[in-house]
Amino acid sequence: MPRILLIFILLTTPVFAVEPDEILADAGLEVRAREISKELRCLVCRNENIDSSNAGIAKDLRVLVRERLVAGDSNEQIVDYVVDRYGEFVLLKPRMSLKNLIPWFAGPILFLLGLFFSIKFITKPRQKEAVALTKDEEQRLSDLLGD
Amino acid sequence: MTAELGHFATLLAFLVSIIQVTVPLIGAQRNNSGWMAASVPMAIMQFALIAFAFAMLTVAFVTSDFSVLLVANNSHSLKPMLYKVSGVWGNHEGSMLLWILILSFYGALVAWFGQNLPDRLKARVLSVQAMIAVAFLAFMIFTSNPFERLEFPPVDGNDLNPLLQDPGLAFHPPFLYLGYVGLSMSFSFAIAALIEGRVDAAWARWVRPWTLLAWINLTIGIALGSWWAYYELGWGGWWFWDPVENASFMPWLIAGALLHSAIVVEKRDTLKSWTILLAIMAFSFSLIGTFIVRSGVITSVHAFANDPERGVFILGILSVAIGGALTLYALRAREMRSSSVFNIVSRESGLVLNNLLLVVATAVVFCGTIWPLVAEITTGRKLSIGAPFFDLVFTPFLVAIAMALPIGALLPWKRANIRRSMRPLWGVLALSIALGALVWSMQTGGRILAPIGITLAVWLVLGALADLGLRVKFGKTGASETLRRLRNLPRSDWGKSIAHAGLGMTIFGVACVTAWEVEDIRIATIGERFTVGGYEFQFNAVTKQNGKNYTVDVGDFTAFKQGEKIAELRPEKRFYPVQRMPTTEAAIDQGITRDLYLVLGDKQENGWAVRTYIKPFVNWIWIGSIVMALGGLFSLTDRRYRVGASVRTPNAVPAE
Repeated sequence: MPRILLIFILLTTPVFAVEPDEILADAGLEVRAREISKELRCLVCRNENIDSSNAGIAKDLRVLVRERLVAGDSNEQIVDYVVDRYGEFVLLKPRMSLKNLIPWFAGPILFLLGLFFSIKFITKPRQKEAVALTKDEEQRLSDLLGD
Repeated sequence: MTAELGHFATLLAFLVSIIQVTVPLIGAQRNNSGWMAASVPMAIMQFALIAFAFAMLTVAFVTSDFSVLLVANNSHSLKPMLYKVSGVWGNHEGSMLLWILILSFYGALVAWFGQNLPDRLKARVLSVQAMIAVAFLAFMIFTSNPFERLEFPPVDGNDLNPLLQDPGLAFHPPFLYLGYVGLSMSFSFAIAALIEGRVDAAWARWVRPWTLLAWINLTIGIALGSWWAYYELGWGGWWFWDPVENASFMPWLIAGALLHSAIVVEKRDTLKSWTILLAIMAFSFSLIGTFIVRSGVITSVHAFANDPERGVFILGILSVAIGGALTLYALRAREMRSSSVFNIVSRESGLVLNNLLLVVATAVVFCGTIWPLVAEITTGRKLSIGAPFFDLVFTPFLVAIAMALPIGALLPWKRANIRRSMRPLWGVLALSIALGALVWSMQTGGRILAPIGITLAVWLVLGALADLGLRVKFGKTGASETLRRLRNLPRSDWGKSIAHAGLGMTIFGVACVTAWEVEDIRIATIGERFTVGGYEFQFNAVTKQNGKNYTVDVGDFTAFKQGEKIAELRPEKRFYPVQRMPTTEAAIDQGITRDLYLVLGDKQENGWAVRTYIKPFVNWIWIGSIVMALGGLFSLTDRRYRVGASVRTPNAVPAE
């Protein structure tokens, strides 16, 4: 597999991320195209989105996204369309599903847990404070204070 | 001959490190001062040997000795001298040697400047430091020998990847490694304290400067890397949430938490075991970063030295170091009882919140970085996690930190009254929100990001100023008294305010450029004049030229603002024949309020592809980082950290 990828990379002549001839005449659609492109991964690159990638397949995907836009698809429909063909690997933001529970919810859960334990730690009475005065000590204290 | 000398020196250093691990450790256990004292000359000798080996490798690169495999693979006789030298660490083996050089440099620093450390602690610290050296020297010697010779040397070398032929390579890795590897000092101090079973204010005072030093360098290293990516990659991105970036970002966040919790240990003698745990975690994330970068298990744009066998070796080091440290921690942490108490509203609680947010933010980045790997191993699903995900899950924690910071920084120790502490901040808060609202009402696009970012930035910067103002009784007393107080203010107080303001500046830059960047992609013909975001660009010419080891098309553009010429822009399209690789060099007109960023693309039938960006306030991202590092430097030079300063009573809390 790596060898195939390597050949792929070598065959694609480096181009220029989004090329001028790809850009849609309709500015509104183009903005949406850029939004979608930033969430889709270039399949042969290392962690690059198709919007900034120079690879040929990224260009193909960019053109595909724009074709679907012109055909009147919604953003979700287009993303679904691409995922159907290339799998969820193509998404840079994995879907918020049970399978991806950990990356999505690790932050909030850990934060709440941490908050709970921090407050418990701060409000826990320390040994030093817990030592109360004995009867004798109290007596002596009041004597000294002259009550 | 040089390569053999270098190789021999690394082998000797390996042996010296083994002695440095064992003798002082046994000496400390048996209370034998002679054995303990051996750690000092050993640490210096280890550094000298590695420095010698590094010099030998540099000689091989500078003289283009292609009989050395590494030089033949990564250098070329025509390469400019700067890149011959920086090329030493522009590859896996050489950068590993730099890693170890810096590791032993830190050990030598302890040996040279650690006179005020107790003998036993120093012996243990240097012993732990040498354990790390043994592991990584073994890694280098057995899997990544930079001194390997070739039987039949080639006529010329393979050259360095053109993207790396940039001054960025000369500075980015050394600073980054000074940061990464500097955290080994905090780690060594933590392990030594665990062996000793004692953590007190004096320990915190020793460990904080090392953490600060590492953090300062890491800050500069990350900022340099980000700036390099910005001008080199040709579309002006400055942060990609790439696994390798995350690998440097996680230790930075944890080191930030450690810096703050060490203050609590020093001043209030509590949060001890937590601080030890942070010190262990900080270096653990450095090791995880090393693993991520060099094993190739996680795909990243930093494609260098992807070799599974090496990955397994580093994984071994990682498990022993982290596993061993955590086991020791589990055994000993209970002994680190904290005596002092503090109220739920207090400086201590503020710093606990800081730690909590920074650690959880790190956890979020960590989960996102390794989840694709974990998912593939456990369930076989292939998925990606990239920038859109991290932006969404990380930003809330950053916002929370920025919101809480100015308040926490003003709270007094032990017990605070929130209403009294907020009194000097209400004005700041009102002003920040008013400015944010103003921006919101003025901007045309509907993005809420810029107003929020600007509100937070102003809140942080003015909050830092308010903190300083309060310390010098600004407005409460005469100007001369304020000035006198300003002069006498401890450097660490200056550092605190400067660093916090720096964070605000970075947030300002990020918010502005993310919300208001203007981009234009077009085919331009020579002689054409086009407008982008209020600026006009005149496309004058493209000329073919020859660089030292590349050919280049140079574009010539003139930028105008309201008819007035403001800049000449010369973007380049280079071609490096040895590596058969084209690169683009963006032309950037830098400014304090905006960058004009112009890239020349391919020649088309009827002109040239041209990309133009207007990037408002983008430089504030790096200005803020440098200001943060400067704040760290101020703190580092505080007199209580200077040599001999710890002789003073360890529990002296400055009057609030």
